[in-house]
Amino acid sequence: MMSRALPVFVLSAMALVAAACLPFLHVAPNRLLSGHAVSPLAWPLAAAWLAVIAVTAVRIPMQRVVVTATAWFGIAGLPWLAGAEAQRILSDASATTRVQPGAGFWLMWLAAALLLLDGLRGRRPAVQVAAWIVAGFTIVVLAAAGAFDGLSLVREWRAQRAPFAAAVAEHLRLAGTTLVLALLTGAPLGWWVWRRRRADGVVVGILAFLQTVPSLALFALLIGPFAWLARAWPALGTLGFGGTGAAPAVFALWLYALLPVVRYTAAGLDAVPADTRDAARGLGMSRTQLLMRVQLPLGWPVLLAGLRIVAVQTIGLAAVAALIGAGGLGRFVFLGIGQGATDMVLLGTLAIIVLALLVDFVFQAVLAWTERRA
Amino acid sequence: MTKARHTHGVIRVAAPLAVLASLLFVLPRSGPWFHAWLPELSHPLYTRTSFGALTLAHLALVTIATLFAVAIGLGLGILATRPSGRSLLPTVRAVAVIGQTFPPVAVLAIAVPLLGFGAAPTLLALVLYGVLPVLGQTIAGLEHVPAATLHAADGMGYGRWRRLREVELPLAAGPIMAGVRLSAIVSVGTATIGSAVGATTLGSPIVEGLVGNNTAYVVQGALLVGALALSVDAVLGAIERRIRRG
Repeated sequence: MMSRALPVFVLSAMALVAAACLPFLHVAPNRLLSGHAVSPLAWPLAAAWLAVIAVTAVRIPMQRVVVTATAWFGIAGLPWLAGAEAQRILSDASATTRVQPGAGFWLMWLAAALLLLDGLRGRRPAVQVAAWIVAGFTIVVLAAAGAFDGLSLVREWRAQRAPFAAAVAEHLRLAGTTLVLALLTGAPLGWWVWRRRRADGVVVGILAFLQTVPSLALFALLIGPFAWLARAWPALGTLGFGGTGAAPAVFALWLYALLPVVRYTAAGLDAVPADTRDAARGLGMSRTQLLMRVQLPLGWPVLLAGLRIVAVQTIGLAAVAALIGAGGLGRFVFLGIGQGATDMVLLGTLAIIVLALLVDFVFQAVLAWTERRA
Repeated sequence: MTKARHTHGVIRVAAPLAVLASLLFVLPRSGPWFHAWLPELSHPLYTRTSFGALTLAHLALVTIATLFAVAIGLGLGILATRPSGRSLLPTVRAVAVIGQTFPPVAVLAIAVPLLGFGAAPTLLALVLYGVLPVLGQTIAGLEHVPAATLHAADGMGYGRWRRLREVELPLAAGPIMAGVRLSAIVSVGTATIGSAVGATTLGSPIVEGLVGNNTAYVVQGALLVGALALSVDAVLGAIERRIRRG
């Protein structure tokens, strides 16, 4: 019993420390100045976390359900509390005042999410998915109702709605183009590597070598060649092949994405045992038929798992591409850092994280679905 | 045969180091070349900080971060695979998996409001992000030690600590070292981006060059940091191969 409860103790203790010692909110006189910390609810919140620890320590009926429900309410309730407190602070402050969630809020939120994850473990998948979706939906409804309007993050979004939407679209376009290109080129390359048994050959070696080069360096080194290309063939320039911009960014992202696609394609093709392949060939299947009817359906989950890694990695790396003028959400992050506008940085960062988690979730769902069908 | 492989291994480590060393020697003297290539630039050579100092600063940041990451990752990984901490394993694993979806840039950006500009937020981001591969590989390595081996150690009267120290950790050292290597490589890359939040690293010439439209700075920084990343990878890779061979 004691050891089963260990995660709850550790996470609640972390949240307790966050509630008592770290700032729940930051209040700044305007968008650019850094503010002072306020924790109006430090004691009630700390008491709530102490209660969770107490409930776990003494045996009561339905103990696990109580803790899990508390965690669920924390996920939806903490942002609501922050929003409500922000409104209260703003009601007697100047119009430029900004209130943003502090480290204490984020840590408690993280603890609540991990507690929910822990509490839901072992439940049916449908229950798990439902709990998370309802939590997300509750937050969306609260947001639509204006519960978070006091928080500076929402204000920043309001002020920059059009550029933000454009940045999200740009980011998705960068990542999507890269992913399609990597799949179209990487899958045949992976098939070739698999056919020739060249998993440690020159191609994979070069790709692994490129993987080691820091993203910023690779992006930067491509500026020269792409500027030269645009000068040499002006037609390419009209396609967006300047020294900076989307073309070198997609090229670099494609280089990074190739290795996982090649590796997972080869692994997926290997997922079909040699005797199964022999049997299929013995039945008179051509090599193409074997590939399309046997290897692709059976190796698909492995390739999909690889694509999931590539997609998440590309969304993260695309943020760096903003430094060479490719746009996307990274522009929000780096412009915000340059101006010292924390809200702008946070808006871009959170959007990138949410995009990465969403893509991850979608791929996992597709993966679970295909495995169920197979 | 083994001699050929040995020579091959030496070349794999020596080549990137030689490239790095020659770049460090040649680049400070390369002003005229860059001037000839890009005559429109008034300052064709990055001189604000010497390349040697930048490389050392970069390497120091990565080394400190990796040491912290190894200490935390190894500690958490061991804790989560002990009988008393076993119930933490799913949570720890979830943190490692979900954490990997957070882009390095995001971790860096989150660290800035907490710690301000400079090396401090970069170091925090490097540590936080560097823990994940070490943690994941430590758990994977320790979980892969065959149960029969553990029983044999128990049968020989090994205590928990002695079994961990003399049986489990040596057997898991290969995967753990792979995690350390990955952690260090990711750190080299993230430290480069760290110059965008005010850390002085080899990314500084790149970022300043991008901002000031100075291609020469960009190329100088990128060449050096590329060579540094490959050198770090080669050295740690050699250590990993040696450990795996046993």
